[in-house]
Amino acid sequence: MNNLQEGAQKDITLHENLQHVSTQMHHHHTHTSDSMHTDGHHLLQVEHLSISFERYASQGSFFASEREQVHSARDLSVSVHAGEILAVVGASGSGKTLLADSILGLFEPNATVRGRIWFDGKPQTAETLAQLRGHGISLVPQSVNYLDPLMRVGNQVQGWCSSAANRAERERKQQELFKRYGLDLSVANLYPHELSGGMARRVLLCCALMDNPKLIIADEPTPGMSLDLAVRAMDDFRFFADAGGGVMLITHDVELALRVADRVAVFKDGTVVEETAADNFSSEETLQHPFSKALWRAVHAWDKGGESHA
Amino acid sequence: MHTLIRQLLKFCLLMLAVSLVVFFLVSVSPIDPVQANVGQAAYVTMSEEKRVQLELYWGVDAPFWERYVNWLGALLQGDMGTSLRFNAPVAEVIAQRAGNSLVLMGIAWAISGVLGFVLGVVAAAFRGRWPDKIIRAYAYLLASTPTFWLALIALMVFSVWLGWFPFGFSVPIGMAASDITVADLAHHLVLPAATLSLLGVANIALHTREKACDVLESSYVKFARTRGEGGFTLIRRHVLRNVALPALSLQFASISEIFGGSVLVEQVFSYPGLGQAAVTAGLGGDVALLAGIALVSAALVFGGNACANVLYAVIDPRMRTKKQAKGVFHVDDTEAGAHA
Repeated sequence: MNNLQEGAQKDITLHENLQHVSTQMHHHHTHTSDSMHTDGHHLLQVEHLSISFERYASQGSFFASEREQVHSARDLSVSVHAGEILAVVGASGSGKTLLADSILGLFEPNATVRGRIWFDGKPQTAETLAQLRGHGISLVPQSVNYLDPLMRVGNQVQGWCSSAANRAERERKQQELFKRYGLDLSVANLYPHELSGGMARRVLLCCALMDNPKLIIADEPTPGMSLDLAVRAMDDFRFFADAGGGVMLITHDVELALRVADRVAVFKDGTVVEETAADNFSSEETLQHPFSKALWRAVHAWDKGGESHA
Repeated sequence: MHTLIRQLLKFCLLMLAVSLVVFFLVSVSPIDPVQANVGQAAYVTMSEEKRVQLELYWGVDAPFWERYVNWLGALLQGDMGTSLRFNAPVAEVIAQRAGNSLVLMGIAWAISGVLGFVLGVVAAAFRGRWPDKIIRAYAYLLASTPTFWLALIALMVFSVWLGWFPFGFSVPIGMAASDITVADLAHHLVLPAATLSLLGVANIALHTREKACDVLESSYVKFARTRGEGGFTLIRRHVLRNVALPALSLQFASISEIFGGSVLVEQVFSYPGLGQAAVTAGLGGDVALLAGIALVSAALVFGGNACANVLYAVIDPRMRTKKQAKGVFHVDDTEAGAHA
């Protein structure tokens, strides 16, 4: 029941050459100078996304139980531009991962999904989103648990391919990526449990880059790292964004988001309450929503306390 | 080396415990071996001296620990004792019957393992849809079916009504041993082996399905999906691999179940194997034979589990590296030095 409604494609205004500044508002959000509207559209645009799950109501007898809809996301709009890192910030368990799953076209069978998703200027359906997996949109998951424990790392980074010629090509690319990210070529022969945290993080990134994505969705990619370490780990994403890719960084860590992201989408109760340039977090006045302001105060109270994150 | 000694010690303790239990159970059994073995009519008309002589032969009055110590002493010298019921050395009786039983159990074990694995993976791949429903219905039905009942039904349908297979035994009745062909043996083996495998399949299919479902819901399968993998490729690359390990230990653990099932199946089909001999020995108070069979079957199950452990260590990379010295991997592990 994936009713990703195809909406009529909006009339896209070409404002590729427009200089955006932090305070300028359009499409429900503000921009930074990094945000590019390549070919006149957002790399990823999610509009009015609602996700609900059908489940049996807890009251009533076993056989005559009513069904009810549980809403996990409602009226969620967010955009990622080429060349930028957009951080989606919200509390753990507030449904951020559901947003990632929706963009990847991974729907639970009992989920009803409504809204519009555009990728690279084209409206998407559940089917086309599934086709984009590994062919345009790639996920960088949070931990080594996302690797098959019984398969050698090199084979996993290369992924599946149909022909032998293709295989050789992918192996070459995998070695190139390993070199670029400071991984010894012998790492390819290790199993996931033999990787250290830092190696695992780079291997997961290589998995995503293997498929030449335009958009990377990073779901809590820096678990258990100190802020400084996490910021440095994000260099790789910065590098990717600077080369023209888009990154959606999903995190619960506001400080990390403010340090590395160009723009921040504040996520609360299944929706984005404010999508704004990270620079606007420099003062409370430039923030619109009460929850964003509360976040701002929380971050600054933390700083005044003089406690170090690292 | 250390683990080998520990395994050997475990094995010896297991053998001791199993034999002790057998001797104890026989000693508290209400069956009078003399009465059970000579028959009711002969027992009543028997003279007193003859009865005492027979009681001495069967060791009725000897306390159980004395019999146990005697038996154990002989066993340590390589003598498994004499089967009083078959009037032959226990080792000989077991050797003769183990051949039949091992073929029967081996076939059932292999078929149930392979078929159960395939059905389990197919059910998981189609979970919630009709192939899954059919396989599960079949498995639940068979898993809740008593072995002897299924054996009786098979006997009724295929031997009595259809006449395709013989009623029992491992060879045609009244045929000289030299005239018996492999085809005869196979013909007698089909029904018991089929019954035994059918029951094993259900269990293994259900367990495999559960494991495969767990794998399909795992993080790494989700990640593989986000990379565009799906369908049969996903099953082949990730599910088969990860389900194979638990399936392997399940398969070796199922040896004991197959053994238990074979006792009932051999009884119904009058198939002269270890299971049937165990029943005869138990009912006849033939403690030496019963203990011998118990030891052989316990050794078989122990061996199966040991095999599973060894194979696990060979196949699972996580177990393998534990054994290697730590610090084999000196790969650069600093956060710095990302893209050069």
